[in-house]
Amino acid sequence: MNGARRGGRPPRRRAAVLGTGQTRHRSKRPDVSIAGLCREAVDRALADAGLAITDIDAVVVGKAPDLFEGVMMPELYLADALGAVGKPLLRVHTAGSVGGATGVMAASLVQAGVHRRVLAVAFEKQSESNAMWALSIAPPFSMPVLAGAGGYFAPHVRAYIRRSGAPPEVGAMVAVKDRRNGALNPFAHLRQPDITLESVQASPMLWDPVRFDETCPSSDGACAVVIGDQAAAEAVSGPVAWILATSMRTEPTMFSGKDHVNPRAGADAAAALWQSAGITQPVEQIDVAEIYVPFSWFEPMWLENLGFAAAGEGWKLTAAGETRIGGVLPVNPSGGVLCSNPIGASGLLRFAESAMQVMGKAGEHQVAGARTALGHAYGGGSQYFSMWVVSDRPD
Amino acid sequence: MTEPSDALRNGPSDSPREGPLSAPLEISFDYTRSLGPVLSQFMTALADRQILGSKSADGRVHVPPAEYDPVTFAPPEELVPVGPDGTVQTWSWQPAPRDGQPLNRPFAWALIRLDGADTGLLHAVDGGSPDAMRTGMRVRPRWAAQRSGSIRDIECFEPAQGPAAAADAADRATAVDQNGRVPIEMITTPIRLRYQHTASAEESRYLRGLAEGKIVGQRCPACGKVYVPPRGACPVDGVPTSTDVELPDTGTVTTFCVVNVPFQGQRVKVPYVAASVLLDGADIAFQHLVLGCDPGEVRMGMRVRAVWKPRDQWGTTAENIDHFEPTGEQDAPYESYAHHL
Repeated sequence: MNGARRGGRPPRRRAAVLGTGQTRHRSKRPDVSIAGLCREAVDRALADAGLAITDIDAVVVGKAPDLFEGVMMPELYLADALGAVGKPLLRVHTAGSVGGATGVMAASLVQAGVHRRVLAVAFEKQSESNAMWALSIAPPFSMPVLAGAGGYFAPHVRAYIRRSGAPPEVGAMVAVKDRRNGALNPFAHLRQPDITLESVQASPMLWDPVRFDETCPSSDGACAVVIGDQAAAEAVSGPVAWILATSMRTEPTMFSGKDHVNPRAGADAAAALWQSAGITQPVEQIDVAEIYVPFSWFEPMWLENLGFAAAGEGWKLTAAGETRIGGVLPVNPSGGVLCSNPIGASGLLRFAESAMQVMGKAGEHQVAGARTALGHAYGGGSQYFSMWVVSDRPD
Repeated sequence: MTEPSDALRNGPSDSPREGPLSAPLEISFDYTRSLGPVLSQFMTALADRQILGSKSADGRVHVPPAEYDPVTFAPPEELVPVGPDGTVQTWSWQPAPRDGQPLNRPFAWALIRLDGADTGLLHAVDGGSPDAMRTGMRVRPRWAAQRSGSIRDIECFEPAQGPAAAADAADRATAVDQNGRVPIEMITTPIRLRYQHTASAEESRYLRGLAEGKIVGQRCPACGKVYVPPRGACPVDGVPTSTDVELPDTGTVTTFCVVNVPFQGQRVKVPYVAASVLLDGADIAFQHLVLGCDPGEVRMGMRVRAVWKPRDQWGTTAENIDHFEPTGEQDAPYESYAHHL
């Protein structure tokens, strides 16, 4: 590995995604426990990689905040289900970006030469709790105006619309694209092939300016990814997705000068990612992007934050149809978070879907000829960012 | 640190330093748990006064059943009845039972290895006194009169005297015969958390200011930015903010949303405007309500002023300001607040 090309960081070993697995995401999975839900994704990832659970050397698990399911430290009782008995089991927590951070952590354990094959698992059973309640608890002395994630992010969406001058229908265009993409994905929770701009615009306004159809669903689901070193990758009979670069950045939720529309932590993470992956023109060099878009307007916002478009210009890519499958940068061909949102797993799903694209395993939502892809997640009050670039080539 | 230069005209800074404010916070939620195929059988059997364990590949029997074999990681091939009698492996006396625990009189928490099992089940033993408890003692379940498919169908364990009653076995057979029972696939686990929420020293000063109708922020000595509520440290420079700044109760709506979604625990009636209000002289906005006009009339840049509750309702809370309302002034130019978005 060439340390200089990788931004002066110490040399790292090659790592690749050997297999991915996910559940069919639904509003409720009353037929399985949390352990069973995770195991469904794990078994699929192992089958995809052609491995047995005993081939795994370490397990990294990510989930949303404990209050979301009311289980303290579920990783303690998941060791049997995740095949982690007698192995290292780590838990990652970075709010909504946790799935992404889990993927990055698993990749790091391989890149650092600590383990040969690491299993990353992330999950959420939104049906067993109420995230809106959990995110709106008003502590003493405070003003009880909190209204879930939508209440938090809608004002920043409004600020983006004002700052960019984007036409009001751009948010609805994203929703139409993602829900129709979801209809191509057998694992998606919401599959709406017949959704239209008019029907989105006619849907109820939840947190003005964010409408019902522009909002992610509440899902039960899990995702698993097996990451291996070069020898492990070469031992796989099918295609693998080489991890060219990973990046994570953090900033406080609020500080004077925080840019809620275009957060610096996200921009810095992206700049470091592109540099590490040797990418100079992201919009041209990335074939497909799975970006964490829980509310439709975050597509143009993150296109700018990630450097796919100049500040204020992201919506033009969306409006021109360039983020559809077949466009210059297909975004969320899986349907993304707008179609499936098991919060703890949503980030890892973005990472897994990006790998599936370069492995050529995305089925009906496959982007033709995809060779290099971005997986992205964000969490908290736009304060945690995690991302990776995967490719069908090792460098 | 230097003494405050923007000194308060009067009030808390003149009084002896008071401790931080503290108040209880109680949150609760009835979480549900879907049990999955293995634990569903375990819970359903409890309703029929039967305890099941799982047999693992190495021949051990786990109670409660393991959803996945700890050795092979495969789902268990079969569940087997165990007990009902068992042996106390170890125990600890609970002299002062708490709300929600199995018994409301002193009891023992014990690990009980049921006959036929290889692992201990944690449950309560109604042992009477710690003197009556010992490792190795034989116990048997006392079943709840009303059973619903829950670990609480076992009210507790009690010292076993003589062989398990034949009547009990007959009773159990009858119960199993009523096999129209719908499998238990979901349980509800109410969780209640009681916190003591303590504000920081700086936030406490701000709250005590509010109790006197004042809004007190703090200025960072490095960047000069005014934070309200004060943080005690500047999140950008990482230095203590000790200079108090009293702010007016007028400001600008930088951005907002209209909340139309009702949800559990919501304390404000929908629809309402949740706005980021940048007080004049502050360098960070805070969230508050805007009322006094139609939600559709609220704009970015709208000038607003605080509407305080009647003075006799004031406490040390941000709720002393009931809401903000439009002042009727011309909107602030976008450039004046664009860097706060």
